[in-house]
Amino acid sequence: MAEHLIDIPVNNPLLDPDQKRIIDQVISENYKKPGATMVVLSELQNKIGFIPEALQAYIADELDVPVSAVHGVVTFYSFFTTVPRGKHTIKFCMGTACYVGGVPQLMEKAKQVLGIDIGETTPDGNITLEVCRCVGACSQAPVIVIDEDVMGRVKPSKVPQLIKKVQA
Amino acid sequence: MKYFRSHVLVCVDPECLEKGAHQVMDSLNDELVATGLIGEIQVLETSRIGGCASGPEFMVYPEGVHYVGLTPDDIPFLVDEHFLKGRIATKFQAPVKKIVDEELSAPTAKEVRIVLRNCGIIDPENIEDYIAQDGYMALAKVLGEMSSDDVLTEMKLSGLRGRGGAGFPTHLKWQFTRDSKSDLRYVICNADEGDPGAFMNRRVLESDPHSVIEGMAIAAYTIGARYGYVYCRAEYPIAVRTLNLAINQAKAMGLLGENIMGTDFSFDLEVRMGAGAFVCGEETALMNSIEGKRGEPRPRPPFPAVKGLWDKPTNINNVETYANVPQIILKGAEWFSSFGTEKSKGTKTFALAGDINHTGLIEVPFGISLREIIYDVGKGIKEDKAFKAVQTGGPMGGCLPAKDLDLSVDYEALIAAGSMMGSGGMVVMDEGTCMVDIARFFMDFIQDESCGKCTPCRVGTKRILEILDRICDGKGMEGDIELLEELCTQVKSNSLCGLGQGAPNPVESTLRHFRSEYEAHIFDKKCPAKVCKSLIRYEIQEIACTGCTVCARNCPVDAISGERRSPHFIDPDVCIRCGICVQVCNFNAIEVI
Repeated sequence: MAEHLIDIPVNNPLLDPDQKRIIDQVISENYKKPGATMVVLSELQNKIGFIPEALQAYIADELDVPVSAVHGVVTFYSFFTTVPRGKHTIKFCMGTACYVGGVPQLMEKAKQVLGIDIGETTPDGNITLEVCRCVGACSQAPVIVIDEDVMGRVKPSKVPQLIKKVQA
Repeated sequence: MKYFRSHVLVCVDPECLEKGAHQVMDSLNDELVATGLIGEIQVLETSRIGGCASGPEFMVYPEGVHYVGLTPDDIPFLVDEHFLKGRIATKFQAPVKKIVDEELSAPTAKEVRIVLRNCGIIDPENIEDYIAQDGYMALAKVLGEMSSDDVLTEMKLSGLRGRGGAGFPTHLKWQFTRDSKSDLRYVICNADEGDPGAFMNRRVLESDPHSVIEGMAIAAYTIGARYGYVYCRAEYPIAVRTLNLAINQAKAMGLLGENIMGTDFSFDLEVRMGAGAFVCGEETALMNSIEGKRGEPRPRPPFPAVKGLWDKPTNINNVETYANVPQIILKGAEWFSSFGTEKSKGTKTFALAGDINHTGLIEVPFGISLREIIYDVGKGIKEDKAFKAVQTGGPMGGCLPAKDLDLSVDYEALIAAGSMMGSGGMVVMDEGTCMVDIARFFMDFIQDESCGKCTPCRVGTKRILEILDRICDGKGMEGDIELLEELCTQVKSNSLCGLGQGAPNPVESTLRHFRSEYEAHIFDKKCPAKVCKSLIRYEIQEIACTGCTVCARNCPVDAISGERRSPHFIDPDVCIRCGICVQVCNFNAIEVI
């Protein structure tokens, strides 16, 4: 089933023995759970960082579900990506309070500093800019999330400083 | 149980141990024995207090005094001063750090805390803290002395309705699930709090996870379920962690798992994480997601109570609904129903956000007016600006104008006013907010989050967004308003699930209350609130500009030019109207026209 997809070498974490071990471990820990597809994909997105087509095909084989079902799930949910993100991600919260509170200006500033658009990664693969859904820190709007850290009450003038910290 | 007048909590984390925490503790015990205070003062080991850098350290309760930098030699002096003479030994006292809870401050006079009762008061990572607040007493009461019918009667009398927003009576949902014939039943907690501007459920899960677990266990007992799931959104990693920890602690104590409290009742719970799809807050989409599928809603009927998760009868409630249950069982339906209005009983948590002085979580009884929430509990609008609208019910709710401020907050009244209760986000907007832009913002959100299964929602929201985009862009045409109204009606009546059915609400409610703003955009090509970029421009006032160059240095597109110490100039063709220059200017020299 879908063997030809597994052979695509570009960005295939299955070809890296360390990553392959992680992948197999995640699958063996979870394959018995009802509704395992989502659980496995979430774990792998976290641990591997992206779920390319080859990996989708592999998961489908291991879980004995059609590759179309896995691909359908991967493309449905915004947390799953098929291409690697940068080493660091800067997410801009697009909740109502943050939108009203000035996140669009923070985005403009970050785009200017890094020279990339939202959804893009810097050429050195270091930083990805993303928008995200409300992180629920509305009382501190506007909020940005750098990797796992939620930062509130950010001002546009602070953005270059924050980016420098990430780059360092 | 023995009572002590004071408790001393000595930090024994690795850093303090290395600095001699145990020696300090030994010295303390010796000194207490020597002074004869050992029966009055209890010395306990604890984890990190927060001053390890200057450890060893300990806290003295009930005073809450934090001593740092101690050596065994200091102890006799300290015991003499603090415990015998009753004076704080300021020499060793750590600087008092003011801990500010930005989300949840002390309740104001108009608040009643039932769901948030433990938040910020107990340690969410310690089940004993919860038990000390009568935790799991309700479950014990249910298992020990109540039948399934008894619980249903109590829930019915309490008048509890679904806090996810729709307000369906909880006891009916439970009863339908119980009465559906099946070998297996499930309970699910909907913790996919996706509404932008809402974070009540996150706070409850992070601060008081056991109240939700206990509520679910009671529901499981009532309907005859053996397994449960909490479906939590991936944007809340801390909530997921706390919940998992709480579940493990409850299992270790025999409060979850096989034969709970020695009865025949067994119940197991698992957390499942979402992956960033707003539509999964819809109950049938959520179940598809737990099953490992795309989160697309299923047609209803059959309702989940008949055919839910893996086609088995399933009871699904919101976090806040479950958190209410133990209190109702413990304190009785009569107590609970004494809060609220005739049809909406109890309290509701809201997340206040936007242009309001006091942002954060509140819990108020139903029937309170919007004015009381905004001006009394929320302390009014920021910078004393004029109130323009309050958005309730999330992206599928509506914007209510000033004339609705005296509306009683309950399920029916909000729907009658063209909004809805929703899960409890409340975003307050002042005069500087453009209502067309807000409608566009919500439609952009909904259009992006539409799962694409049914055409009215998938295509309809896209078309609505296109029209709103062109209105905000200054390209609105005569007839656009009528077209919007027709589209809204179609999308509302023909969509499959709540997302599509509620999608037109922001547009319809702003059209209803702020129609003149739409007309100004379309016919006069003006944005009255000066927000829509294509309809405004920025100008530097020569008289006020000092030529400090701050604006030019901050402009992301280098649209500002001018010599130092002489008035600057914005090139309107280059300017992207981001507004950064207005924010950074110290002399208010930049005007929006």
